[in-house]
Amino acid sequence: VNPFTIAWNILARFYHRLASPREFYAISRYVTPVFGLLFLGFTIAGSYYGLYVAPADYQQGDSYRIIFVHVPAAWSSLFIYVIMATAGAIGLIWRMKMAFVVAICSAPIGAAFTALALVTGSIWGKPIWGTWWVWDARLTSELILLFLYFGVMALYYAFDERKIAERAMALLCVVGVVIVPIIHYSVEWWSSLHQGATVFREGGPAMPPSMLMPLLYMALGFTFFYGYVLFLRAQNMVLSNERNSRWVRDLIVAGKHETA
Amino acid sequence: MGGYAFHVWTSWGLSALVLLGLFINAKLTNAKIKREIARQIQREQAQQTTESTKIS
Repeated sequence: VNPFTIAWNILARFYHRLASPREFYAISRYVTPVFGLLFLGFTIAGSYYGLYVAPADYQQGDSYRIIFVHVPAAWSSLFIYVIMATAGAIGLIWRMKMAFVVAICSAPIGAAFTALALVTGSIWGKPIWGTWWVWDARLTSELILLFLYFGVMALYYAFDERKIAERAMALLCVVGVVIVPIIHYSVEWWSSLHQGATVFREGGPAMPPSMLMPLLYMALGFTFFYGYVLFLRAQNMVLSNERNSRWVRDLIVAGKHETA
Repeated sequence: MGGYAFHVWTSWGLSALVLLGLFINAKLTNAKIKREIARQIQREQAQQTTESTKIS
């Protein structure tokens, strides 16, 4: 038997299981706490190394420690939009219900991380650049990303018919993803106050390991947090969407007896 | 924090608040949806019993 066929069959079976809201709910009950624990582990370790172990920067002093929340928030803001665009495309092409749920449930998390990246950047900019805000390419494009997140949410809640809402929202996810490369390359294409890429650049990261390690820990922590809250929100949406189905009712009734 | 304590702790504090807010929001929504569905089931059961008494 061809190993490719075996791998394909496993993948197909997994896809079909995830595509069913009920199976997704069952799987997510196991995955969610794992993501939560990974988030806690990486974030606690990253905070300890970032705030106490990593040395101060020779130019920016201790102010650079904002990087350990600013950059993970900014990376997540891009990563989440890419996930939304991918999920949106899968939903539109293969009519996969759960892909729409993943896309719409990601939007508030992405918006929160984008706002956090903008605000922490502002707080970092004041002492180092001498200003809270400039209308340069990096800052402006990241602000547009925030409005895209708002747009995705507004579009979804603008329609009463859920199927139309899902398709409209997914379309904006797919079209809007063009902002991601623009944000990434904005510091190369236009002159900017914002520094260039420090980690993902040719010739490797321009950071010593003592600073790079906590940054990567925090980035992983934020990513797992996104996964954690995404699964929580997706569970909520599955329960709400499937409220008239037998399995949700059995689950709720069983849960009531458990707590009572 | 070498004179940058305000900037560093504000940034970290806001980050903690945002993460906490997302977590609490998801948990509260979960409780609310489960409550809603439980109430809906109760309502329907009450309706069914009144209908069955009417028939009998």
